[in-house]
Amino acid sequence: MSKQRLVLIGNGMAGVRAIEEVLQSTPDQFDITVFGSEPYPNYNRIELSKVLQGDTEIHDITLNSWQWYEDNNIKLYPGETVLEIDKEKQIVRTDKGRESAYDKLIIATGSLPFMLPLPGADKEGVTAFRDIKDCEKMIECSNHYKKAVVIGGGLLGLEAARGLLNLGMEVDVVHLADYLMERQLDKTAGKMLQKELEKQGMNFLLEKQSEEIIGTDRVEGLKFKDGQQIEADLIVMAVGIRPNISLAKESGIPVNRGIIVNDYLETEVPNIFAVGECAEHREMVYGLVAPLYQQGKEMAKRICGIEGDGYQGSVLSTQLKVSGVDVFSTGKINEDEHTKSLKLFDEWNGTYKKVLVDEGKVTGAVLFGDTSDGNRLLSLINKGASIEEYTESGRSEEAGADLISSMPDEEIICGCNGVTKGTIIEAIHNQGLATVEQVKGCTSASRSCGGCKSLVSDLLEHTLGDDYDQNQKESICTCTTLSRDEVIEEIKMKGLTHTREVMNVLGWKSEEGCSKCKPALNYYLGMLKPTEYEDEKESRFVNERLHANIQNDGTYSVVPRMYGGVTNAEDLRKIADVADKYEVKMIKVTGGQRLDLLGVKKQDLPNIWSELDMPSGSAYAKGLRTVKTCVGADFCRFGTQDSIGLGIKMEKKFEGLNTPHKVKMSVSACPRNCAEGSVKDVGIVGLDGEFEIYVGGNGGTHMRKAELLYKVKTEEEVIAVTAAFLQYYRESANYLERTSAWVERVGLDHIRSVLDEKQTFMELNHRMDEALSVVQDPWKEAIEDNRLLRELYQNVKIPAGSN
Amino acid sequence: MEKLLSKVFVSKLEDLPEKLGKTVIIGELELAVFKLEDGKVRAIENRCPHKGGVLAEGMVSGEHVFCPMHDWKISTRSGKVQEPDTGCVQTYETEVKKNEVYVIVPGK
Repeated sequence: MSKQRLVLIGNGMAGVRAIEEVLQSTPDQFDITVFGSEPYPNYNRIELSKVLQGDTEIHDITLNSWQWYEDNNIKLYPGETVLEIDKEKQIVRTDKGRESAYDKLIIATGSLPFMLPLPGADKEGVTAFRDIKDCEKMIECSNHYKKAVVIGGGLLGLEAARGLLNLGMEVDVVHLADYLMERQLDKTAGKMLQKELEKQGMNFLLEKQSEEIIGTDRVEGLKFKDGQQIEADLIVMAVGIRPNISLAKESGIPVNRGIIVNDYLETEVPNIFAVGECAEHREMVYGLVAPLYQQGKEMAKRICGIEGDGYQGSVLSTQLKVSGVDVFSTGKINEDEHTKSLKLFDEWNGTYKKVLVDEGKVTGAVLFGDTSDGNRLLSLINKGASIEEYTESGRSEEAGADLISSMPDEEIICGCNGVTKGTIIEAIHNQGLATVEQVKGCTSASRSCGGCKSLVSDLLEHTLGDDYDQNQKESICTCTTLSRDEVIEEIKMKGLTHTREVMNVLGWKSEEGCSKCKPALNYYLGMLKPTEYEDEKESRFVNERLHANIQNDGTYSVVPRMYGGVTNAEDLRKIADVADKYEVKMIKVTGGQRLDLLGVKKQDLPNIWSELDMPSGSAYAKGLRTVKTCVGADFCRFGTQDSIGLGIKMEKKFEGLNTPHKVKMSVSACPRNCAEGSVKDVGIVGLDGEFEIYVGGNGGTHMRKAELLYKVKTEEEVIAVTAAFLQYYRESANYLERTSAWVERVGLDHIRSVLDEKQTFMELNHRMDEALSVVQDPWKEAIEDNRLLRELYQNVKIPAGSN
Repeated sequence: MEKLLSKVFVSKLEDLPEKLGKTVIIGELELAVFKLEDGKVRAIENRCPHKGGVLAEGMVSGEHVFCPMHDWKISTRSGKVQEPDTGCVQTYETEVKKNEVYVIVPGK
């Protein structure tokens, strides 16, 4: 069968997303041609304000690279505008005289900025804020001129204004209504927003109607209906957008405000679809990205001949992308006579929350200052939930299954990678996925912080029903079907000694493993034979290979060891000297009571370590990080024990230890627990005459309160119990499993029953000592080994033009 | 447009770390040069297309490197980002002669 010809007019977010959906459903069914007026590949228009605000470069907001078009055999004509659609012959014609025939045509021409028809609007220095060209114009203008005026105090106008401030211009925002963003916010929130933005340096002229733009060739000022006049070197019109429907209209495709489409995004002309901001569905024209993506998905199904329910419309929500201001609104904004509302207004902290209720159901919300409830409110509105559901169920109490089924398809499950419920369910269906690992591999959901793993698991259960086995054997990674316990058993039985041997002998699917199994095997081998195993540098994540934490710009951070968080003048002086000499970008106090030198070049690491002459603080390690301590009996009037002394002893004992994941400890000297033992892997609380040992706490991704393991009388007992606990954790936890997850999984009672056995307790202590016997300070090791220095820390630098 | 290429000496083969990357800066260009387990030497642009992570510090498995920032998997042979992510990095030809490693880069 020969391929069908699919033509897209408009190389923007909605259209290209739809093409991606088509490619995903039926990769080889279409010959695809794309026309776009702008000379760029598809970029993220939403992020334009960031480009203007200086956070981002233009190439960073590109969504589909030139290569992507090439890889997918898409003919792209950038900078070429379609002028005519011949719907009888099914041909489009462009401004360059090109003709292209189609079997299916998608119109995704987006919107045009609405330009006020003021006298003088054609002068130089008047611009819209819609595309890369406009951004470049504004950036260029800020190099020569000072005074900018933005007409329009809505979402777009405020984002433009913030960007112009960043570019160093003085900014007046002119607005017709009596408060900002009146379509998304109520008056209270609008006024709070104004105050906040005034603090940032914006100046507002409200209830002003523009009458005329003044100037000779270039704009010089703006005159209002009330006779007032202000100066301006640049005028940005951001009063709104209107659907770009002229091509459709001229080609005889029925339009209203936008191009009229049905639930499958079909226009009234056969084989012609319209999607995105130019389309009008059930009398609604959408200008936000989530609905447009949903439309694209439904349209792609129809184009590929896949059955679907069609697009059903969307409830909108808005979030303002201006740095330092959190604003969210969704659904209904203002009360009418039938509406009741729930309001919380905290003028002191600058937060405001209003939830609107009609006949007992949540119908809208406005949030200012704290927008963390936003998505939840949106999902409650979408499912028509009662207000009780919001007020009664604390945030996380809504139970798994119920929450899952009530979520709309577009709800984001994985916040790190932006994966929606719909995407995951579709992948489960289409690709026959059955495990969390597989979902991770196919969609990226739960790949980054892992915080949504349980949600993904719930989704699998929800989608597959009884076919889903929650307690499935979890393999180490996709390179093998063996679980951690099976691999360890095999290593012991067969006496395997390095990672490659494990992979070969146990039939790994990929020859050299992956970034998951390599470090895991390296850990297990070292844990089983601490004195014999030679650690493999190449199986270590960069931080543990270089013994420093890599930062987002490729520099590193250095955290020297300060036992118990105690330092002295001499060490501080050395740190200060090093910071000066190597131009350290920032010195930061860490959560574990240490000093962090940030922004260090890789080549400088060894010299810095040598000049500091302090041991590594292991801030990068899957091992003991820090023992945080309170002031304790030496100084504190409440202190009952020498928390600092015990903390230092523990840190000296366990420093350099490798563990499945990082381990944080603390020692406090009274029940006030100032060293925060409730959220540590091991938290000691000193009482009068005894110590409490808490384990399995976590203050990070998976918040968990530590549980009391034992009460003991002496410092020696504290250390012995800690050693036994940590060793049992080392021997039985999965690699990358924190004590919090491990304690939760195996149960505290089980751990206690193991440690209660006198013999086992002693053996665990003995094996811990064995593991600690090979520990060396990694910084010292690196400094003294020329080969390590050359291989790991030095770059090769060749001046241009040599050879 | 015809491009000029030049062959640049980078390092002795034995001075490159095994199964790891090396940062090589040639004028304005920053490359990640890898000595793979099979002995082959590969050179790619030292910048992940995702968030600009330095690929020379990534973990190497077979012919792939995992970006140290967010674990994107990238082929050192084709420069292609592996599923489920997309994108690609520039690759550069390499040559090993008498234990000397060269890369072919544009321009002189």
